[in-house]
Amino acid sequence: MTAPVVADPDSATPEPPVEGASVRRKVVVLAVAVLLLAGVGTAAVRYAADRADRRNQEQAGGPPVREGAVTLQPTGRQLLLRNLAWGPHRDEVAAVPADHPDGPRTASGVKCLRFHAAAGTGICLQAEHGALDDTYHASVLDASLHETRRFPAPGIPTRARVSPSGHLVGWTVFVSGDSYAGTDFSTRTAIVDTRSWQFYDNLETFQVLKDGHPVQASDLNVWGTTFAADDNRFYATVATGGQTYLVQGDLAARTLTTLHQNVECPSLSPDGTRIAYKKRVAGADPAAPWRLYVLDLATMAETATAEQRNIDDQALWADGRTLLYSLPGDYGSDLWTVPADGTGAPAVLVRSAVAPAYLG
Amino acid sequence: MYLADARSTKTGRAAAAAPGTRPGRRAAVPGTVLALGAVSLVTDVSSEMVSAVLPLYVVAALGLSPLGFGLLDGINNGVGALVRLLGGHLADRGARGHKVVAGIGYGLSALCKPLLLLVHTVPLIGGVLAIDRTGKGLRTAPRDAMISLATAPEHRGRAFGVHRAMDTTGALLGPLLAFAVLRIADDRAERAGYSAVFTVSGCVAVLGVLLLVLFVPARTTPVEAPTGPRPTLRDALALLRRPALRRLTLAAVLLGLTTVSDSFLYLLLQRRLGLPAHLFPLLPLGTAAVFLALAVPLGVIADKVGRRTLFLAGHAVLLGAYGVVLSPLRGAGAAVLVLLLHGTFYAATDGVLAAATAATVPDGQQGAGQALVGTGQALARFACSLAFGAAWTLWGPRAALTATTVALAAAAIAATRLLRPAATD
Repeated sequence: MTAPVVADPDSATPEPPVEGASVRRKVVVLAVAVLLLAGVGTAAVRYAADRADRRNQEQAGGPPVREGAVTLQPTGRQLLLRNLAWGPHRDEVAAVPADHPDGPRTASGVKCLRFHAAAGTGICLQAEHGALDDTYHASVLDASLHETRRFPAPGIPTRARVSPSGHLVGWTVFVSGDSYAGTDFSTRTAIVDTRSWQFYDNLETFQVLKDGHPVQASDLNVWGTTFAADDNRFYATVATGGQTYLVQGDLAARTLTTLHQNVECPSLSPDGTRIAYKKRVAGADPAAPWRLYVLDLATMAETATAEQRNIDDQALWADGRTLLYSLPGDYGSDLWTVPADGTGAPAVLVRSAVAPAYLG
Repeated sequence: MYLADARSTKTGRAAAAAPGTRPGRRAAVPGTVLALGAVSLVTDVSSEMVSAVLPLYVVAALGLSPLGFGLLDGINNGVGALVRLLGGHLADRGARGHKVVAGIGYGLSALCKPLLLLVHTVPLIGGVLAIDRTGKGLRTAPRDAMISLATAPEHRGRAFGVHRAMDTTGALLGPLLAFAVLRIADDRAERAGYSAVFTVSGCVAVLGVLLLVLFVPARTTPVEAPTGPRPTLRDALALLRRPALRRLTLAAVLLGLTTVSDSFLYLLLQRRLGLPAHLFPLLPLGTAAVFLALAVPLGVIADKVGRRTLFLAGHAVLLGAYGVVLSPLRGAGAAVLVLLLHGTFYAATDGVLAAATAATVPDGQQGAGQALVGTGQALARFACSLAFGAAWTLWGPRAALTATTVALAAAAIAATRLLRPAATD
């Protein structure tokens, strides 16, 4: 990029050189350059638009996707997911039979960036592409996937969870507005009680208790909620001073109590005794530092799962023994399973999908 | 002569007699300033395009967590400050130094845009952003030196105001262009759309470099000035022996030590004023819009009443902003008031400090002078961020801001004494 500077046409000309023919020559050079650069830019944008068009064509060899009714209170056990297979129903919430996840997908027509559901309640994080930029909101869905309430979300959606009862919903977004053009990202996590519609819009305002003492810090971040069965307790990650902690949250008391270090994106087992999470392991590639672990809440014993690859997801318990999580795939991401007790081996459950939830 | 100028900024007239003042420098806003403003505008469009979509790119297209980026910010700030010092010093060596060093700085940043097409992990993207920052650090002081040298001393406040307004315009336009590209590409989850944004951003950056090469005169230093030996690094530091520059640097550092960073201020706004979380991303836009609107008028006023006076007044306005955050006022109205004061603070201090600096150094060392004051201020603000974060952890946000407010008031009084016209001898 320094070449144009060296080739400065002005180098030998004393001031003031900007007269008549010289100016005309410069304007011509500029006009030619603008045309060339505009050509390159236009080509790049058209290439991207063409690719987007292709993604709207049904993908050969992909799973069949048909439009149909999707309910959050199905008769049989179903796996709901955000369908990533190319075609007109890309990004829609779709249902597949839990025992036949490779089978035909029923697409709901509802597009979500992140999705989760339980007991007839759904949470769907969506983007609105405005004139100036993208804005986001969290949409609480009823059993027939109709929006019952909408809440503004201040950044890019990353995690979403519904409590086992369907009463509480929680979500996390990434915020980069702390400084204009800054690269200092932080998270915002919110919880809504769908019975009273009470909106806890920023869990950073809860009292953080570490070893029994209140902690206050400007660099506090909270992400990745997972709810217990009592509709009050929940677990999440709190980060401050470069450390991450598993916290147990108490919605009524508005507290977050630290339990264990180096825990991110916790996911509570159906029986409420274990937490699946991503752990930052020592000596790993800084670009891929996380492995999937399970923590026993009674003993605080950590168990590494057989999944050796980097995991950047909030895992989901498929049942009391099996974890479900996403890994990068040909069409964005695929869903994989691995036993929670450290045995066995990872296996693909379903391709071209993300944000799973089991119902029924 | 700089003493004379420093003494009489009220009218700014005496400075017009400074050596190196030529008839060509009499225009209120010289062509060179407009050209540099255009370069900054275009370059900011380019860099803000990237900044605007980067989080989305990392999260949606690469599927990564972007939390690691923040750790790099502190390191970048420190390195950026030192690079700025080096850039200012190197630029003063040789008649075409300013343009060459600035050109390398702009070129380095332009080079980073295609590099973004090649890296797909958080650490590597962080590395590319660090190179981008290095380019920004290199070009800042020579650019401000060129603005100073191209402008008659009595109009420098206005010239810097025009430049900062153009710069901020670019910063506001960048995200618009980036999201327009993403809208045409019509998919936030694929790399292709972001590759298009980075490619367009790279093209815009090249245009910025080209504008610099074609339309910014190579020789902004006055013909009669640098006849002596090239200034050495020691000469650059010896600038601090000049009472006027030393006092200005000291004042900028003192005030910088008590200037809470934008991120902390917005965090305080949200927490203390009970602002809904979803309004958070709009806060920096509010500051930028006010800065844009007031940069030129306050620059003109600075030329009339004196830059140091306005620089101090700007910090009084910042004190007012802190006061509002600490007051019982709550809600969106209070937040708007704080953003108005915050934007006014920037408009009254950012370009104005550069204009004040220009008056305290000889023409041959404008680059080093600008770098010295700018670096001092940047490092002081960085130190303030560290201290403020620690105070927040120890005492809580309200007490941390109360302490900072008291310290800012004390620093403002000290700076007022330091910058008193009579004290500059």
